[in-house]
Amino acid sequence: MGSNMYSKIISCGVLGIDGYIVEIETDISNGLPAFEIVGLGDTAVREARERVRSAVKNSGYEFPLKKITLNMAPANIKKEGSSFDLAIAMGILTSSGYIDQSAASKSMFIGELALDGGIKPVKGVLPMAVCAHRNGFRFLFLPEANAREASVVKELHIVPVKDLRETAAIINGEIEIKYFEDTGGEVVPVYSDTVDFADVKGQENVKRALEVAASGAHNCLMLGAPGCGKTMLARRLPTILPSMTFEEALEVTKIHSIAGILPPGVSLVNTRPFRSPHHSISDTGLVGGGSIPKPGEISLAHYGVLFLDELPEFSKKALEALRQPLEDGVITISRVNASLTYPARTTLICAANPCRCGYFLDQPGKCTCTPKQIQQYLSRLSGPLLDRLDIHIEVSPVKYAELESDKNVESSLAIRERVERTRKIQLDRYKGLNIYSNSQLQPAMFAKFCRLDKKCRSILRDVFDRLGMSARAHSRILKVARTIADMDMSEDIKPVHLTEAIQYRSLDRKAWNI
Amino acid sequence: MNAVAELKPVGISSSMKIDLMDKILQQDVGDEAMSNLKYWIWLSSMVNASPGKKYQLLQYFRDPALVWEAGEADLAASGLCSKKLITHLIDKTARKETERAFESVKKCDADVITIYDRTYPELLKHIADPPLVLYCRGKPEPDETCMAVVGSRRATWYGLDMAKRLAGDLARHGVTVVSGMARGIDSQAHKGALEAGGRTIAVLGCGIDIAYPPENRGLMEEIIRHGAVISEYLPGTEPARYNFPARNRIISGISLGVTIVEAGEKSGSLITAEYALDQGRDVFAVPGNINSYNSAGTNRLIRDGAKIVTGVGDILDELNIRHDSKNTYSSAKKLAVMKLNRDEKTIAQRLLNGPVHLDVICRDCGISVQMASSILLMLELSGFVEQLPGKYYRLVE
Repeated sequence: MGSNMYSKIISCGVLGIDGYIVEIETDISNGLPAFEIVGLGDTAVREARERVRSAVKNSGYEFPLKKITLNMAPANIKKEGSSFDLAIAMGILTSSGYIDQSAASKSMFIGELALDGGIKPVKGVLPMAVCAHRNGFRFLFLPEANAREASVVKELHIVPVKDLRETAAIINGEIEIKYFEDTGGEVVPVYSDTVDFADVKGQENVKRALEVAASGAHNCLMLGAPGCGKTMLARRLPTILPSMTFEEALEVTKIHSIAGILPPGVSLVNTRPFRSPHHSISDTGLVGGGSIPKPGEISLAHYGVLFLDELPEFSKKALEALRQPLEDGVITISRVNASLTYPARTTLICAANPCRCGYFLDQPGKCTCTPKQIQQYLSRLSGPLLDRLDIHIEVSPVKYAELESDKNVESSLAIRERVERTRKIQLDRYKGLNIYSNSQLQPAMFAKFCRLDKKCRSILRDVFDRLGMSARAHSRILKVARTIADMDMSEDIKPVHLTEAIQYRSLDRKAWNI
Repeated sequence: MNAVAELKPVGISSSMKIDLMDKILQQDVGDEAMSNLKYWIWLSSMVNASPGKKYQLLQYFRDPALVWEAGEADLAASGLCSKKLITHLIDKTARKETERAFESVKKCDADVITIYDRTYPELLKHIADPPLVLYCRGKPEPDETCMAVVGSRRATWYGLDMAKRLAGDLARHGVTVVSGMARGIDSQAHKGALEAGGRTIAVLGCGIDIAYPPENRGLMEEIIRHGAVISEYLPGTEPARYNFPARNRIISGISLGVTIVEAGEKSGSLITAEYALDQGRDVFAVPGNINSYNSAGTNRLIRDGAKIVTGVGDILDELNIRHDSKNTYSSAKKLAVMKLNRDEKTIAQRLLNGPVHLDVICRDCGISVQMASSILLMLELSGFVEQLPGKYYRLVE
């Protein structure tokens, strides 16, 4: 056995959406046989002792019958998960003299061990790879199944390994190192665009409203009877949002990697995510948190669409929790030993029935609710969340005749080109203001960007007087009117833009009872 | 007064008879009734006797005060009362209740019209079971020409529109529109008449101080200002399921005819039609699509001989009211449509036949959604068009 009883191996942990270096220090000293892991590990880390012991033994090495102390530094951050297994095993092998310490020091090791020494995939590989690169490591040893995910970091040498024995052999130079080469083309789309607006017959006004929403990144509320196509339409919204930049895709992939929802063999999420959590979800599930913080649905929908179907059925607490991240685009979770920030810039689409039976917006005879019941039902929608929904869409069921028609319908691609053009106008206009779209306009900016001429002002006054619209509609109308003007490539908001924007405020109308 | 003329011979014991006759001879019957409202209220609000029975008692005794004072023997001698009814009629606690009811009527801002009053609707006196007393808010006019416009509570846009339009056209020709202030067709009928500047009467199945359905509180105030709200039930009576069919006999009773706009197979408005036939009134029905469940009742009425309504003229002809085709909804709207600009006109014309969905407007008029939304809002602001829930639009009456 070698003389080197102390060793240091590098692994990686994840905090928030970023990786951080974890040094695995192993010391083997004389004494009664023991194996202690210190450094705030969770249950999965403590159980690593048993996995590592078996894996080392079953890979043909001798497990040292001495006092082993293993420290994970920095020791003040809680570590979780099984991704440290490989590094722990490597530390023991190095301290036992099976491996040369200097050869291992330029590499980072991540992976979970099976009892036979095999290496299993783990979560959060992408942020770890980014971390390895940032900290100047040249080689990343990881489970084969995670290789593609990490390969997004082009400058890093990715070494997929299938078991402990192979890892040790590569380090010792006994077999030739083999880097991962992406053979599956550039990037594999994860949530491939199997849906398209071209599939939607009729519903012209809903499509237009969604295009407005996409163009200005506005949150919307869809109201309609059960089965009229709310979900079907919402699912297509990501297809008309602008294509993601590489940076955006990397950020989304990081979050999905941490949450462990990246399908195997996927390197980069390059289409906008669409998340549609069930209404029984808890507030923690929606915005993230937990004793060991995890990103919530709103972060999983980062740069994509968060769809809340049956909005009134969600718990009040969950909806309340959405407010701050919707406003700020990030969610901050504070814990005793760390405060984490997950990005949460998403377009929120809510769907609801317009009344208890659901048929209020259909022909009047069909709805069995009394006006009072309808008011009660709609009042459940109101409140602070409603204030963040810029566009109200009323969805009616499509008539059979329209399903049959072969009228040429515009594809998502064609719509997306227009949306991208409109977004560009906004990006240029708001340069240096730290906002990116019309939906983020603050009231203080209205005077500069949403100026109304005399005609528009008189229309707006009329609307508030005659239609009994509530005052909170005012700023929403201005933002949406700005977007519609941008879609029209018009510098000024003209009456035709303003009037269309007003039509997207159904719930603010007084006359919503017959 | 017919009711008085048809009185049967008084058949009570001779000593009693002299006493009572003295009383009657001392005062005019009408004045007596007015000064003794308490007895009217007592008899008319008795829940144990049917309206027909109460009317028979009145015909026999001529005055509710006499019924009040009549003994067990007198009541039995009338041959009108079962043993059970007699115990109710002489029940002391029920009479005490009357005191309280009387106080509440006095407190409530309501006129009490007895069947002997001149303001009591003339036509209503001639039905088999007229209410002895009507509670009324607003201005009743005993000799007005009334037409009932009723229909289902759960109506389609077609029904709602037709109700409003017909009621408006009737009102424009000086006809008072009578209905039940229920949801759906009834409410639209009242609104149509009011918006045309005409008179309308609502007959309630609850006390006249109660707005039912509650969302019609505003409408009720309007009706009181431009017509009357009447009921045979004591103020404070809560709406009860079994009161409404009985209410329907008053709707048809005060009207020359009944127009049923839209009614399903089992609609309550068909009860009104039956009352109308029993009372010898004309029955009109607005035809609907034969596949429409909501028009099954009206279509059957037409098959069974009700008069078909294809326009207000069909009703006015029967009532012998001269009419002018220019004075109707369609002609007025057509005239107004002429004054709009091209796109506005295209859209307005598409709306002439009732509410249309935004997508359909765009498709049929060949206008983009954004353009149509914009034009429709401007039309709405100028009071020409109205937006309905579900992105339906229609012309305002």
